[in-house]
Amino acid sequence: MSSSAKAEAVLALHRFGMGPRPGSIAALGTDPRGALIAELDRPLVLNAAASLPSSAKAYRTVADANARRAARAKQAQQQAKKQQVAATPTMSEDQTQGQGADKDAAEMAAKQAAEAVPDPGRPIYLQEAKLRTEAALAADIGFAERLVWFWSNHFCISANKIQSMSGAYEREAVRANTLGRFVDLLLAVEGHPAMLFYLDNLGSMGANSIAGINRSRGLNENIAREIMELHTLGVRAGYTQDDVISFANVLTGWTLVPPGDNPEHGGEFTFNPRLHEPGGQTVLGKRYEQEDVEQGRAVLRDLAAHPATATHVATKLARHFVADEPPPVLIEQMAKIFRDAEGDLKQVAIAMVSSDEAWRGPPSKLKRPSEWGVGMVRATGITTVDPVRFTGGQELLGEGLWRPSAPKGYPEDEASWIDGIGRRLDIANNFAERIATTADPQVIIEDVFASEISPEVKQAVGRAESRQQALALLFMSADFQRR
Amino acid sequence: MGVVNHLPTRRELLVGSGALFAWSQMPRIARAEGRDPRLLVIVLRGALDGLGAVAPVGDPDWISLRGDRALALDGKPPALPLDAFFALNPAMPNLHRLYKSGKAAIVHATATPYRERSHFDGQDVLESGLVKPGMTSSGWLNRALLALESGGRVDPRGSRALGIGSVTPLVVRGSAPVMTWVPQRLLPASEDTQSRLLDLYQHTDPKLATVLQARMRLASLGGASGAGDPMSDDPTLAPPGIARVRAYFAEAAGTAARYLAKLDGPRVGAMGFVGWDTHIAEGAASGQLYNLLGALDGAFAAIESNMGEAWRETVVAVVTEFGRTARINGTQGTDHGTGTVAFLIGGGLTGGRVIADWPGLKPAQLFEDRDLKPTTDLRAVLKGLLRDHLRVEEKVLAEAVFPGSADVKPMGGLVG
Repeated sequence: MSSSAKAEAVLALHRFGMGPRPGSIAALGTDPRGALIAELDRPLVLNAAASLPSSAKAYRTVADANARRAARAKQAQQQAKKQQVAATPTMSEDQTQGQGADKDAAEMAAKQAAEAVPDPGRPIYLQEAKLRTEAALAADIGFAERLVWFWSNHFCISANKIQSMSGAYEREAVRANTLGRFVDLLLAVEGHPAMLFYLDNLGSMGANSIAGINRSRGLNENIAREIMELHTLGVRAGYTQDDVISFANVLTGWTLVPPGDNPEHGGEFTFNPRLHEPGGQTVLGKRYEQEDVEQGRAVLRDLAAHPATATHVATKLARHFVADEPPPVLIEQMAKIFRDAEGDLKQVAIAMVSSDEAWRGPPSKLKRPSEWGVGMVRATGITTVDPVRFTGGQELLGEGLWRPSAPKGYPEDEASWIDGIGRRLDIANNFAERIATTADPQVIIEDVFASEISPEVKQAVGRAESRQQALALLFMSADFQRR
Repeated sequence: MGVVNHLPTRRELLVGSGALFAWSQMPRIARAEGRDPRLLVIVLRGALDGLGAVAPVGDPDWISLRGDRALALDGKPPALPLDAFFALNPAMPNLHRLYKSGKAAIVHATATPYRERSHFDGQDVLESGLVKPGMTSSGWLNRALLALESGGRVDPRGSRALGIGSVTPLVVRGSAPVMTWVPQRLLPASEDTQSRLLDLYQHTDPKLATVLQARMRLASLGGASGAGDPMSDDPTLAPPGIARVRAYFAEAAGTAARYLAKLDGPRVGAMGFVGWDTHIAEGAASGQLYNLLGALDGAFAAIESNMGEAWRETVVAVVTEFGRTARINGTQGTDHGTGTVAFLIGGGLTGGRVIADWPGLKPAQLFEDRDLKPTTDLRAVLKGLLRDHLRVEEKVLAEAVFPGSADVKPMGGLVG
């Protein structure tokens, strides 16, 4: 294998994959681009996920626990009040204070009773995190996994709001469509209960819908705005506030089956006509006369096919993989394929790695904490993780798994992450400490980088005072952090 | 922060994530003789400058070798006299006191059989007890325990093995059961690691260098705060100052001592301290080396006080993978060398002396014209301790514990 082929293999693994692991450079052979493309033909499903609950099942499980929790709390509260009445036959002089204390005690009892019912959402989240991380660790290159991560962040939800469904959402809506057509991905995510929950559409109702007439509540614009601004067209792409309102009306009725009502289908997507604003709507100058769920699907199909969407998506992909300021030529190449191939995402990914523009620039991207963390573990050949430790590390580095602070998802640019390198050093140092007895930094340089590492790093690693220090320096090096 | 006043709970023993120390359960080794010996091995990782720690102030070539960087009896601060020839680094008053009371000994111009200059390989040789690196699955201390067990004096089933973490120091790794403890407070990346990383960034990535430098500057502003959570959001607490290192050394060693002191506790322990690779601005009489030796001296005090009654049956052996160059280099530091010192302390020692077959410091007397020439095989010292303190048979020492060391006779008379 020539040095330039090795160099391209290392770049391929860092820039488009999850980072090198023992043997991966040789496995790429002399045609890294071909190897990246070939990985897209392999199935992306997680076989081990068969043991995990669907999002609807997870939702029902949590709803059930919540119901039990509420019942226990109520019971405990009532019991506490009864005891207080029995113990206090006459009111004390300071009545308000006495009553206040009683109320506190009852609330405390209720809280304790509720906490006795464990939250099933967190263990589900951790199992999902373990499975997802281990898929990234086990992948030969990890290009396809990186695409799953990209789309999951593009169409993010937050586990802070909906922990139980967060992993299943990614598997069911994102992963299943990552290498398919953008329109199918869009339909899957916007119709997923987790997204509808996250962007507040469950109770959104048209003013003239059956439910809207009977109740004082009404429309919620959140999902309509974020779909246009973040998910498809991009901000300032020419839509107006009227378009947002119309689209929000279109999406009324997109909700989920109440979990308490339906032990079989609770938590699944449903279109509830009682919430839906009747009549046609105009979005981006086009009239949609459909009367049901098809109205929303039609708008989503048109948004997916909009030229602005092609540019928005191509720009974000290129920015994620190649450079904070990607070459305009590359963006245009990718957007063109997006338009010509009707949003075929596999073709767009192939167009990206086939373009010389995607390989030309120096490794200027600062890896996001998640990419860096997984890359560090991959370099050592470790393939299993303790999800508590791993997700804890991601939290510390400011990129909690499925926990972005806003629907925009985690940022891409260097400025957002560079101040965190001090924290990364703490993490790298601790990780290095744990693995120092089994991981040899020289072996990592030879096997994992095929010596394609700068002489300064090689020297610093060689001169380190301990294996721990050597590993920490290696993982913190620009060679390892930039791609 | 002083030495911790509680023993970690069982849970703390099991869940930690950083390497600190490990020790083997070896109940009642010598109970039949009315003895209950303890042995703690401390590995100084990074190669300690033995001449900067224990200076041959009586050697006529000493001052010319190190110039104004040489420790001296009339230095600022003055070195602490040990005998007519050697003086101790002024950062170590506890060690000096122990030495004066016969409870400390220093072995000088010592080294393992390793003669190259790789830390990793040097540490492997030091801890494995083998003559070459790279064949390292168990450590000499663990094999010593195993030998005792196979001799029928210890019931292996009686060991309270709490699990071997991947962080266990090699010296005590092996098939004899070992439990590990990890302090809740993790030692963050050392100042040395940070400055090496900064140097690397300055040569490869100026943007990263700027950010790291800012963090280090903040740290030096808040340096006195000492005890902080390394994961704290407060950036001034994130990197360690020397106060933090001192606290960590004392806590780690002090906790080890509390375990070893327990009647039903382990009898042998091993731990490592990092930071001894002083290539630049070594600062023997003030600065990096001085600070670290002071922290080590504090660890000695913590061990002595926490051992309680068991102190009189305790031996602590402090060893490092190799020494440093005899001369100061171009950046006021020292590079990787060969001969160095080992510290021995404990109530069980017959101390009060520097043990050395002094090779001299003239250029022709140096190893490869650069290092203090090793004249005492460190294995002789360790074999002496194992034979006379733990009662490991000499034949076992020569064949199983330090294979191929039949020619290296155990040093006698180290323990009373």
